Amino acid sequence: MTAPAFRTCPFTSLKVDRHAEMLIRANAVVSVVALLVGAVAAVMLVLTRWQAVHLLPAVWFYRILGVHGMSMLIFFIIFFEMAVLYFASTALLNARLVVPKLAWACFGLMVIGAVMVEWMMWAGKADVLFTSYVPLRAHPLFYLGIILFAVGALLVTVIFFANLVVAKREKTYEGSLPLVAYGAVAAAIIAIITLLHGAAIYIPTFLWSLDLMEVDPQVYRMVWWGLGHSSQQINVAAMVSVWYMLGALTVGAVVLNEKISRSAFVLYVLFISMASAHHLLVDPGMGPAWKIVNTSYFMYMAVLASMIHGFTVPAGMELGQRLRGYTNGMFEWLRKAPWGDPGFSALVFSVVVFGFVGGITGVAIGTEQINIIAHNTLRVPGHFHATVVSGTALAFMGVTYYVIPLIFRKKVAFWGMAKMQPYVFAIGMFIFTMSMTFAGSFGVPRRHWDISFSNAPFDVQFSPAVDVLLAFVAIGGLLAATGAFMFIAIAVKSVFLGEPLGEVTRGRAMAGVPQGLTHPPTHAPNVDELNAALHHPSRGIFGVAPGTLALAGVFLLAFVLYYFVNWKVLSFVWKIG
Amino acid sequence: MTPETHTGLQSPRGVWWKPAHKAEKVWVAIAFGWCMVLFAMMPLWHLKGGQNPSGIRRKVDPEAFFQRTQEFIAQYQIGDDRGMPIVAPPAGSDVYLTAMAFQWTPILQLEKDKEYVLHLSSRDVNHGFSLYPLNINFQVVPGYDYGLRVKPTEAGDFRIICNEFCGIGHHIMVGRVIVLDGAPQAATAETAVVAGGDR
Ligand SMILES: [Cu+2]
Repeated sequence: MTAPAFRTCPFTSLKVDRHAEMLIRANAVVSVVALLVGAVAAVMLVLTRWQAVHLLPAVWFYRILGVHGMSMLIFFIIFFEMAVLYFASTALLNARLVVPKLAWACFGLMVIGAVMVEWMMWAGKADVLFTSYVPLRAHPLFYLGIILFAVGALLVTVIFFANLVVAKREKTYEGSLPLVAYGAVAAAIIAIITLLHGAAIYIPTFLWSLDLMEVDPQVYRMVWWGLGHSSQQINVAAMVSVWYMLGALTVGAVVLNEKISRSAFVLYVLFISMASAHHLLVDPGMGPAWKIVNTSYFMYMAVLASMIHGFTVPAGMELGQRLRGYTNGMFEWLRKAPWGDPGFSALVFSVVVFGFVGGITGVAIGTEQINIIAHNTLRVPGHFHATVVSGTALAFMGVTYYVIPLIFRKKVAFWGMAKMQPYVFAIGMFIFTMSMTFAGSFGVPRRHWDISFSNAPFDVQFSPAVDVLLAFVAIGGLLAATGAFMFIAIAVKSVFLGEPLGEVTRGRAMAGVPQGLTHPPTHAPNVDELNAALHHPSRGIFGVAPGTLALAGVFLLAFVLYYFVNWKVLSFVWKIG
Repeated sequence: MTPETHTGLQSPRGVWWKPAHKAEKVWVAIAFGWCMVLFAMMPLWHLKGGQNPSGIRRKVDPEAFFQRTQEFIAQYQIGDDRGMPIVAPPAGSDVYLTAMAFQWTPILQLEKDKEYVLHLSSRDVNHGFSLYPLNINFQVVPGYDYGLRVKPTEAGDFRIICNEFCGIGHHIMVGRVIVLDGAPQAATAETAVVAGGDR
């Protein structure tokens, strides 16, 4: 084996394996291409559901809806996560990439698979939407493309673990894995579970598409969601890791307690794959006991994990800021935070919208009985756009502003626009997800071309409020898509035509370089003294993070309120048992 | 001993299994308690609540289910609307509704405050039963009979929207459920037909 070529990062003094670096770049670039396809599709979709515009004809609406789902949820996110896995298992640990040739082969396999899937969808040979529920039938190459993509991704997770083992054996780092890498391990384990579900469902479905075997529609739904929902849990684990990373880079966030944060990641791994049940709560195939145990991740243990991270991430940021000297009152740490650093603003909005909108709505509609008034309505996409788009995608965008200088060694292009981008995207997504959630509460179906039902045999007349809400869905969606296009323009310009990074002087602001790099968030000289004072028993539970504790109280209040309002609304409908 | 001040990017020094700060402990305890409430609500609603997706569930041959629906229509048909039979089953009976691309067969006429077992299944692909404007939703899966005990608690002229993508005509797949206040007579059935929209 040839000796690995390394370079040393001038900011972090970490050694960076060149093959790993190239793979991080390649995966990131393909990821952004998928984001572009998905975002263009998104614009067409919102302009169609806005009944006053109703852009696409029916057949293209459903086709583009499939393209949007695949491009965003699978290709954009998973290619980005491949980059995260390479980063966490090499650069973060001073370690090398153990099998570069295989890694490139995996990348090739994933690209070929993705191209096959896109080709089939655009050609109209796979009008089965993202979920491809049998017995809706697509061209066999559609299923084969997904299988190739999944095999490639599965092998990358194996390479990730191989890198970790070799790093440990070669002692490239001291002590335990850093928390961010630990979270990436959790994501990778969930990825393996997820991709095995993918194999278990897509290989039989591929054979079924060739008339070689039977697939039961209910079994399909259960196993498919073992892939479909669990893949969103890879996103959650990866996103939380990125939260810890961005917190560290932007405000010097500390890890409050390794035991608590790591245990929460373990809870994800143990329970999160049960969430397939969220999609089967009003299905005929399973009984109440199965539904209750599974939908709650065995007594809400994965929700507990998210509530823990949702506290420890901002609390770590608060303590980090306090250790830098921002100790006044409850919220000086937040007021004096680097709001002009797109890595920071993206982090904050990601945490807030993920928790307040995505988390709360998700628990409500994932409750066995409440699902009766939510299943397949716009409440569902309202929820998951708050988690995977406002949460995961926004966190990934935020970290990209650091990846560009640290990995690509370029300045971030259009710097003024970059500072605004997280705001535009987050505000757009907030309007979009809230409007969708409320429209869904009126029973407006998801995945539906025409809710004016102009060609239906019987008339259906939704409340005028629904028209207003769908207009807001469109406005929020267009704003968010604008944010996505801003991000794409920035990323593409920086990577391909960007100005080389050059010398960065500490303490001197520089256009195109995030504040976390020009002004590294170092703690005050008397950090140990400050820390001991904050931890002093006399300060009680408000010692280290009083502001976060207050915010967590607001969150809990909103959660309890929304949850019980849903039970109340449910109690008004017909008696069903 | 001073607590550590390392970030998530750095390896923790020594053993990281250490007691947490009180604030974290309190939050974890509150979150755990709330999770238990969330969990308890579901079995509790099965005992005390009126809306549960339990039903009588069994596998069924899609064609056999469709045949059963046809027999049901022949037995209780009282009229039709735009070619779709209107069926008025007696209170307490088994009611059959077949979903297929792109219609709900037949139109049901039920009585308020009477219980029925509503059997849902599909003759072809997945469909979504969504009762408008009440926003009651169930998945309709081919090969499975979902027998839900339903008791309409209000009278009205309702629609069934399909809310699971089932093909290119998905958005025109609308059915109809009529709920009468009081016992149905031939005359009321006619009135209901006239009232059912004029498209
Ligand atoms: Cu349908």
